[in-house]
Amino acid sequence: MIEIIREYWLLLLIGQYPHGPLGGLAGTMILALLCLVLAFPVSLMLALGRLSAHRLFRGPAMVISYVMRGTPFIMVIFWSYYIVPLIIGRPVSAFWVMVVALVLYESAYLGEVIRAGIVALPRGQSEAAQALGFSRGRTMRLIVLPQALFNAFPAIVSQFVSIIKETSLGVVIGVHEFTYAANQVNGIELVKPVAVYSILAITFFILCFSFTSAARWLEARVTAQRTEQLA
Amino acid sequence: MHFDFSRILQGPYISWLLDGLQVSLLLFGFAWVIAFSLAVVLTLVRLTEIRPLVFLVAAYVEIGRSVPLLIQVFFWYFAASSLLPHAVDRAITRIDPEFIYAGIAFGLGMAAYLSEVLRSGIRSIPHTQIEAGRALGFGWLATMRLVVLPQAFRATVPPLLNYTLMLFKNTSVALAIGVKELTYQTRLIENTTFATFEIFALTTLIYLTGSLLLTVTGELLERHWNRQVSGT
Repeated sequence: MIEIIREYWLLLLIGQYPHGPLGGLAGTMILALLCLVLAFPVSLMLALGRLSAHRLFRGPAMVISYVMRGTPFIMVIFWSYYIVPLIIGRPVSAFWVMVVALVLYESAYLGEVIRAGIVALPRGQSEAAQALGFSRGRTMRLIVLPQALFNAFPAIVSQFVSIIKETSLGVVIGVHEFTYAANQVNGIELVKPVAVYSILAITFFILCFSFTSAARWLEARVTAQRTEQLA
Repeated sequence: MHFDFSRILQGPYISWLLDGLQVSLLLFGFAWVIAFSLAVVLTLVRLTEIRPLVFLVAAYVEIGRSVPLLIQVFFWYFAASSLLPHAVDRAITRIDPEFIYAGIAFGLGMAAYLSEVLRSGIRSIPHTQIEAGRALGFGWLATMRLVVLPQAFRATVPPLLNYTLMLFKNTSVALAIGVKELTYQTRLIENTTFATFEIFALTTLIYLTGSLLLTVTGELLERHWNRQVSGT
């Protein structure tokens, strides 16, 4: 295992960069971060849409949310693979196809997380704001969302762990990321699959477990803060 | 983009697709049985409160939830097969290695999630419930049957259905090692007919039907229980 790390650490870390696209663990992290940043506004719109009083917003938001959460992620990847180039009108790299697929799929889940945060907030908050003369929009923007997002923050971090794990499915369309690099190493070495896939699994474990632990720590802090406010 | 379903409705394609669906459902059932049985064992081990055992189970759960499913599948298919006793590996290879290793990977991975569901289901029942049941004159069995289990069941089934749905969707990951399941067959048909959007739409519809059935079941059950609680 040590031998393989010594020999291939650069490939596992950044892929074939600078002789090819950035890949490896760096590729995985960039993909996951980019997806989180892009999915956030989309999921916020989905959450607000599902809570909207207008059927015009509520209906489509609900359909998108259910369809995305009912379809296997691999199917979403293939859909993006065929449709994104068609919409843009020119070939698109596997990396950007994967970004689109991840944003579409994860926004539905992240939207549910944010919606749960909004719903969990005591009604008194928005009632008090409206009694003070805030409009619905300003109540949402200034009173409800800041608190709901603060409370939902640990759950958003857990969702980030899901995003990191889902990037590995990019191998089915050849996205250059960590799993792709490990497959390359396995293809060169041929007889050391146990070592190669152990490195892959252990690295993912360290990465995801760190974020899960962070989410738990944040959860404890958020709960402490909330009970403090109530007392 | 225009849809012309006649291209995939003729010839052998529908039966290819149904073959894939059958493999998907078998894989789903096979993995679910492994996952649920192992989850029950893991939960029971946790209840013993023997420190080293509890730690091992906790470590298993964390690993199962932190390593991406695809990596677990790769690990079983490419790596673990060489760690298993030769005779076992030979036997699996003779039957259907892709299907079996995918099922094992899904089952063992999902067991980590399910054991957490069962554990929090048990923890959701405060001990005072048992004491109250006993104080009212119920025997131990009656307390379990009438007081504890119905509540634990209600706390467990909705998340259990959620993870069952996750497993159903994730069977598609098996295509990465060449299991001829629904998504694999879909790509095969796409490659032969070039009716890309038609066949992908059809398969998506099949997956959505299964997912919707599971989701609706969960929501109906929850609504039913809520009514029961507020009605009495």
